[in-house]
Amino acid sequence: MSIDSQKKTNMQSALEFKSSTFSVPVLVLSSVDLILIEQQLQEKINLAPEFFRNSPVVLDLQEINKHGYDIDVTALTDIIRKAGLLPIGMRGGNIQQNKQALELLIPVYSIHSGSELAENKKQKKITPAPKQKADSDTSVITTTLITQPIRSGQRIYAEGDLVILAQVSAGSEIMAEGNIHVYNTLRGRAMAGVRGNTEARIFCFDLQAELISIAGNYKVSEDLDETVRNKPVQIYLQEQALIIKDIVQHN
Amino acid sequence: MARIIVVTSGKGGVGKTTTSAAIAMGLAKKGHKTAVIDFDVGLRNLDLIMGCERRVVYDFVNVINQEATLNQALIRDKNCNLLYILPASQTRDKDALSLEGVGRVLDELKKDFKYIVCDSPAGIEKGAHLAMYFADDAFVVTNPEVSSVRDSDRMLGILASKSRRAELSEEPIKEYLLLTRYSPDRVKLGEMLSVDDVQEILSLHLLGVIPESKSVLNASNSGTPVILDEKSDAGQAYADIVARYLGENRPHRFIDDKKGFFRNFFGGK
Repeated sequence: MSIDSQKKTNMQSALEFKSSTFSVPVLVLSSVDLILIEQQLQEKINLAPEFFRNSPVVLDLQEINKHGYDIDVTALTDIIRKAGLLPIGMRGGNIQQNKQALELLIPVYSIHSGSELAENKKQKKITPAPKQKADSDTSVITTTLITQPIRSGQRIYAEGDLVILAQVSAGSEIMAEGNIHVYNTLRGRAMAGVRGNTEARIFCFDLQAELISIAGNYKVSEDLDETVRNKPVQIYLQEQALIIKDIVQHN
Repeated sequence: MARIIVVTSGKGGVGKTTTSAAIAMGLAKKGHKTAVIDFDVGLRNLDLIMGCERRVVYDFVNVINQEATLNQALIRDKNCNLLYILPASQTRDKDALSLEGVGRVLDELKKDFKYIVCDSPAGIEKGAHLAMYFADDAFVVTNPEVSSVRDSDRMLGILASKSRRAELSEEPIKEYLLLTRYSPDRVKLGEMLSVDDVQEILSLHLLGVIPESKSVLNASNSGTPVILDEKSDAGQAYADIVARYLGENRPHRFIDDKKGFFRNFFGGK
């Protein structure tokens, strides 16, 4: 053991395993007609021959197997190689097909690992947070807490409520589907209830905002009454009108 | 452990290069081996302020493109042998800089230097982004007027979100405020934002105030960093800033008007 580790430290490490993610085209087959496949594949490649030249590809047999068809993996691989593509994997095959693939030194991937992960990632990228929420309106509404100053040019979007402990600078934008609380000076633009929640409110310690808006009803700085400026206020909607009131109620 | 300091502002003409030259010289004079890099590719000025423009052979872009070694490009300052200048290229533009290239040069400098001062170009585009990306500390240079303060605020947002430290979720860049071209008389007349006004908007640790001073222009024209002019108020202010940055506790001297300053000076201690 000790000799082993000594050896290791003396040697420069020649290799290292690392995990990395690649984007690889997947060829989803929906027919077992090899002639048809060859023909259509060639047509696709002719559209962008440079793009496809020596491109790696993963074969997806899920569709075929769903319908109970069978396909000769060896013959299929030949066609793909002839078209100038390099198969680097196969997924969705049955036991027989997987065996054939391995004989051809083509790795077999599980249908789940690849596709589901990819799908999840896709969703995260394309549909931002709001849509997910729409899908499950009953799910827990989250509160976003921010302790750092929001600087000019920064934009913050919160799905639920937004609580900010530091100042919000002029030239910044804070948005929330729910309420906005700023326990400091609010100088930027604040928009609460951005997805139409008319019950949302804005609370701040010191109102100097460039713009305030609730569910699309807005006021710009110029329209703000001097009596509410530089004060702790709450802002809410009453019959389509923005009401700005002292947080502390004097009765 | 070497520290990378970026001198930045967003707005142009506020005194970034003057500040870079002064604090780099100040750090070197305090016995720390310091390099100062001009990131303003295409509009190089630092070499003029440092008075080494006649000795530029290779520049930052040459080093990034591996056309010259770092040692070939670094120019030793004539006033202090612990200070080295890496000038920008005047014939190229900011696209000549690359993230990997800048990272490589900084890594190499870190082996040999205690402080690396990056003089950022104005703006928030590529040059400014690369100047601040690897920073450990940021000196945000601001003039006491609204547009400069707004731009500094924007730059602080970028420091907090687009730097390497932010991307790797490491401890954030330490931000310091340097208020330059400050004139207590004009503040009194209400013509200029006061230190308090600026601090209220930026809520940032004030490292120092540099008074508006003729000595800055004279120093620039003669190619000697203003900190070497020990008689000038600006030179003393920069010396204070360097000392405070290094952990010394020094009172702010140039916030009140001159009369107050002299009263303190003669009466106080």
